[in-house]
Amino acid sequence: MESPTHSAPAALERPDGRSLVVVEKTLIAASVVSIRLRRIDGGRLPDWTPGAHIDLILPNGVTRQYSLCGDPADSGEYRIAVLREAAGRGGSRFIHDLLAVGDRVGLGGPRNNFTLVPSTSYTFISGGIGITPILPMLHAAEALGSRWRLLYLGRDLSTMALVEELTVGSGDVTLHPASERGRIPLAEWIGSYDEATKVYACGPARLLESVADATRTWRPGWVRSERFTARTIDEPLRATPFEVQVFGTDITVGVGPGTSVAAALRGAGIDILTSCARGVCGTCETTVVSGEPDHRDSILSDAEQAAGDCFFPCVSRSRSDRIVIAV
Amino acid sequence: MTITDAHTVAQSSDDPFSAEILQDPLPFQERLREAGSVVRLQTYGVYAMGRYDTVRSALLDWQDFQSAAGVGMTDFTREKPWRPPSLLLEADPPHHDAPREVLAKILSPRSIRELEPVWADDAERLVDQLIEGPLEFDAVTHLAEAFPLRVFPDAVGLPGSDRDHLLPYGDHLFNTFGPENFLVQQGAPRAPELSAWVNAQCSRESLAATGFGADIWAATDRGDITPAQAPLIVRSLLSAGVDTTVHAIGAVLHAFATHPDQWRALREDPRLARRAFDEAIRLESPVQTFFRTTTRDVTLHGTTIPEGHKILMFLGAANRDPRRWERPDAFDLTRDPSGHVGFGMGIHQCVGQHVARLEAGTLVTALARRVKTIELSGPPSRRLNNTLRAWESMPVRITLE
Repeated sequence: MESPTHSAPAALERPDGRSLVVVEKTLIAASVVSIRLRRIDGGRLPDWTPGAHIDLILPNGVTRQYSLCGDPADSGEYRIAVLREAAGRGGSRFIHDLLAVGDRVGLGGPRNNFTLVPSTSYTFISGGIGITPILPMLHAAEALGSRWRLLYLGRDLSTMALVEELTVGSGDVTLHPASERGRIPLAEWIGSYDEATKVYACGPARLLESVADATRTWRPGWVRSERFTARTIDEPLRATPFEVQVFGTDITVGVGPGTSVAAALRGAGIDILTSCARGVCGTCETTVVSGEPDHRDSILSDAEQAAGDCFFPCVSRSRSDRIVIAV
Repeated sequence: MTITDAHTVAQSSDDPFSAEILQDPLPFQERLREAGSVVRLQTYGVYAMGRYDTVRSALLDWQDFQSAAGVGMTDFTREKPWRPPSLLLEADPPHHDAPREVLAKILSPRSIRELEPVWADDAERLVDQLIEGPLEFDAVTHLAEAFPLRVFPDAVGLPGSDRDHLLPYGDHLFNTFGPENFLVQQGAPRAPELSAWVNAQCSRESLAATGFGADIWAATDRGDITPAQAPLIVRSLLSAGVDTTVHAIGAVLHAFATHPDQWRALREDPRLARRAFDEAIRLESPVQTFFRTTTRDVTLHGTTIPEGHKILMFLGAANRDPRRWERPDAFDLTRDPSGHVGFGMGIHQCVGQHVARLEAGTLVTALARRVKTIELSGPPSRRLNNTLRAWESMPVRITLE
């Protein structure tokens, strides 16, 4: 095992299962690494469903989102696959070039904006690294007893990750490396609207536009897509303590990196009822009056998180020096 | 009585579904906890757990402890369930994912926030009406049953005036999670009629244009669930949303009626209403038990439960486990009840918990505003149920400001 190459920020040393360790890093295609993550204490990871992503807080402090591509029934391990984007802003380069087995990373979520809804049959379309959220969907479709087919587009075969894992049962898999086969008549491949079929697409923007063009007459909700270049956060994660002020009172509580906001408030005698303590159930939802929350929950959508008007103090924190809440 | 046999599997000859133990389960629950992490119930040949850490871990572990084989004693892989299985309670991923996602959104704190002023107002009117009458009354019928039956069916969008069918339906359903004992036999004659009535409420046409029911059907328009799933998800609301809340409110009222100091504390700081409800749920655990079924041989603390066996999880025992709770038998508003398993835990954790908290919170707050003291005016009596811990009647006397 390689030794850690970075000293993790203090915020990655949290005792509550929100900090993970890299247990495996493997090159699985040209410029794609598969990363397996576990809890430092070996404990149970938060549950997720196919299509979900996690926020990964890297040792250099930046946050990136990656789709989970492992098995949702494996409670001990998350797997992601990361494409090295040379022209990107550095998250994937860090993962490829510097992140090593044994390193620690922080966890936000999992959250799912791309859930698999029931259908008699599925048409899956993925482009490049957009295969990652689709792979667990193939297994779910099998388990649901649905028919499915997959079109997997890539530049050439050497860049197409996870190909050997796609034969998961009865589904029909079409690999389409552009270098060998040129452009595909997408609309023809998708076919016409059919109430019994739902389309799931993940990949680069131009692919998703083509899918949208080919399905203009489809019923909303029957075609679902996700871009794999989701929200990124570049400013380093806060590793220093911050203050939580209770609105309308003179109560201010310091929160250090090793404790949750809920625990710090409780220590100061402020009544915060929690239940799951994992950012899932929503019991501890708290209004944010001012300050910038550092969301780690599995509940809010991207837009709701961006609104910044509430957070879940069992897992979420503050990006600003001070956050004012109403309890 | 419990003994430990040569295979180190603790055994118990207690019948937790006997009238005697259902009447007062606490001594049995203590024996269960002390016997071990996993105990075999000889009467039924099933396993049981009563310690907090074991129960909580098993609730989280849907992979090893499945729900799809039924959360009652009946094993759906061997016997036909008496009604089509629930898409939520009696399902596991991936089948469970979409129905849960849809219902969790509809019943989330953010979605139900708009109900708060309406229910607060309704609670005040109920309390106002009540205190115009005699100040001695049955808190079960006049409060614990009256308030949920007043607000919840409207929130779902049930049209008719026969909504009191919901109580015996829920009562029977929760009995059927146990063995086919005297309680199930008592409920059986009305079960077909009540089932038919509940099923008839679940269609799109019979539900109001707005409400939780309409929201569930709207999810079919977006393709989030199928039209075949929608009525079963509405049925889940009607099955699990009424009796549970009624008995939870009964629990909090009983706790206050027997702890006048805690009632005074609430009156001094009405914000304690929320904590009081969860503390009462911890203490009483209106849902006492649920079964799971092992998907493989599972070894816990040296005891192996073979694949395909039923395990009875005692939420009530876990919520009073002295390994987890200090002075577990005390109703104490200075306690932090966070983490109790009264609503379950994990992917099957009560999806309606925020609705229940809102119902109880608005009612308790309205009472605290007008009622100076509340005490028992006679001995309360239990309503026995194989799953629920319930009051049949609770005579109380109140004084006003």
